[in-house]
Amino acid sequence: MRYLPHTPEDVSAMLERVGLPSVEALFEALPDACRRETPMDLPAPLTEWDLIIRMESLAASMAAGSGNRVFMGAGSYSHYIPALIPQLLGRSEFTTAYTPYQPEVSQGTLQAIFEYQTLTARLLGMEVANASMYDGASALAEGLLMAIRLGKGRKKVALSQAIHPHYREVVQTYFAPTEFEVLTLPVDPATGRTDFSGLEGMDDLAALAVQSPNFFGCIEDLQSAVSLSHGAKALLVAAFTEPLAFGLLPSPGSQGADIVCGEGQSLGIPQSFGGPGLGMFACRMAHVRNMPGRVVGQTKDMNGERGFVLTLSTREQHIRREKATSNICSNQGLCATASAMYMATLGGTGIRKLAALNRDKAAYLKKALEGLGFTPLFTSPVFNEFTLKAAQGFGRIREKLMEKGMVAGLGLEGLYPEMPEMKEAFLFCATETASREDMDALVEAIRGELL
Amino acid sequence: MKDIQDIQTPDNLRYTDAHEWLAADTSPSRMGITDYAQDQLGDVVFVELPEPGSHLEKGAVCATVESVKAVSEVYMPVSGTVSEVNRSLEDTPELVNRSPYGEGWILEITPDDPASLTALMDSPAYREMLKGL
Repeated sequence: MRYLPHTPEDVSAMLERVGLPSVEALFEALPDACRRETPMDLPAPLTEWDLIIRMESLAASMAAGSGNRVFMGAGSYSHYIPALIPQLLGRSEFTTAYTPYQPEVSQGTLQAIFEYQTLTARLLGMEVANASMYDGASALAEGLLMAIRLGKGRKKVALSQAIHPHYREVVQTYFAPTEFEVLTLPVDPATGRTDFSGLEGMDDLAALAVQSPNFFGCIEDLQSAVSLSHGAKALLVAAFTEPLAFGLLPSPGSQGADIVCGEGQSLGIPQSFGGPGLGMFACRMAHVRNMPGRVVGQTKDMNGERGFVLTLSTREQHIRREKATSNICSNQGLCATASAMYMATLGGTGIRKLAALNRDKAAYLKKALEGLGFTPLFTSPVFNEFTLKAAQGFGRIREKLMEKGMVAGLGLEGLYPEMPEMKEAFLFCATETASREDMDALVEAIRGELL
Repeated sequence: MKDIQDIQTPDNLRYTDAHEWLAADTSPSRMGITDYAQDQLGDVVFVELPEPGSHLEKGAVCATVESVKAVSEVYMPVSGTVSEVNRSLEDTPELVNRSPYGEGWILEITPDDPASLTALMDSPAYREMLKGL
């Protein structure tokens, strides 16, 4: 698929055909109030080399470059991307952001998406996955809307407070114009897990949503969450920000989750400037007709050969209009393809080994920081992130380290103003990209400032 | 697609302008979609059924029928309580195509007002409507 700009000849040929003198005349029907009167206030065009210098200086102004040591995750994780992924992904057959509009012509694209769905369903322990959504936050909101559809008249959804605060904000945005109520379940201040006691006696509940590992890094008791929500005749929506954790932890599906949705950035997608991400979405086969988004299916053609089709499209917006399962009629094609390549490259064994390495790196950093007097805020087991109560004044030290190219965790006070225990609490992360030398250097730098 | 003269419209049934049928001579009343509706939809692949016991007003959506081409709503022809649903459609939705007035029935309604059925079209009136489409 190629994207070529119109030449002046193309434009005048088209104008001649529709019988208009200019492009301006084409827009005359638009009301003045909708038109911009002044030209766009954009900087002058740059040469390619000037542009690269400009972009490099922008990149250098952030702690994102390779010269920095980032010990922060919180929904976006530093993972090594095998060189074969950008190489393969750069092939022109794959380089499109979208599912094609004449899908069955593009068998290769459909096969890539089908394999993405298969690998996603396996990783999450679910029966069916869609072709992907925009990101983890919108996938969660869509998962809750799906539970509302299946809830036949139930009007409430309950969200754990330990779900990523940005995800909960996106859910609020989706739900604000609806008649449905979003409730928040607090965090147990001792364990760092969701306190489900508020669910008792609650009626009218369509879904309970829990993230595991949760925003504080704590591994939730999904099995209990499942039996509690099923007891209330509600669906359990399992959210995640770090799918690599399922290399070690039992998958949400194997623990009984009904809908599983989250962010797939960890699987071969660069952190970039916070996006684009990958919304992974899976559910039980019994609920597939209420699942949002596109689905690729495998079938046989008239000669009995294997082929791929977009299936269950009748649920979608282009056919079902306002009664569609979602406004989303597309998917995150390129990122989904990257993550399929990543999952296939590592395989089950590789994902398990990599997950163990993440757990061990985080345990190393946690122990070293505890040696400096930091204390764990919560008792629950963790994966590659953990929350520590820092020594007083650490916030200032963190600022200083930032200038030295070290990002020492994320302060949680601002994200959880409603929780007094989050004062001086910091969320740290260590993945396979954190070398022992980097972690030792961080610990030494903090020790030097504490003295 | 069938010609209008080939569309079956049994005389003992009542019809709506949304192409549902309702049995007027039994209580509770069985309902489904007409031969015309199944023919227009094409191969039915899924039928979503309501919970038995739900009370629904006339015109409310009581089921959805999904074919390879489209998803259509089925509306309550009269106000009443859904007393039974055809569970065999969950595994064999194609019964709607094969036997729209028989094994392909969708649900049974206990009408709030039995007289409300008489306001629906009879077979000749429904055929007249089909000719105008």
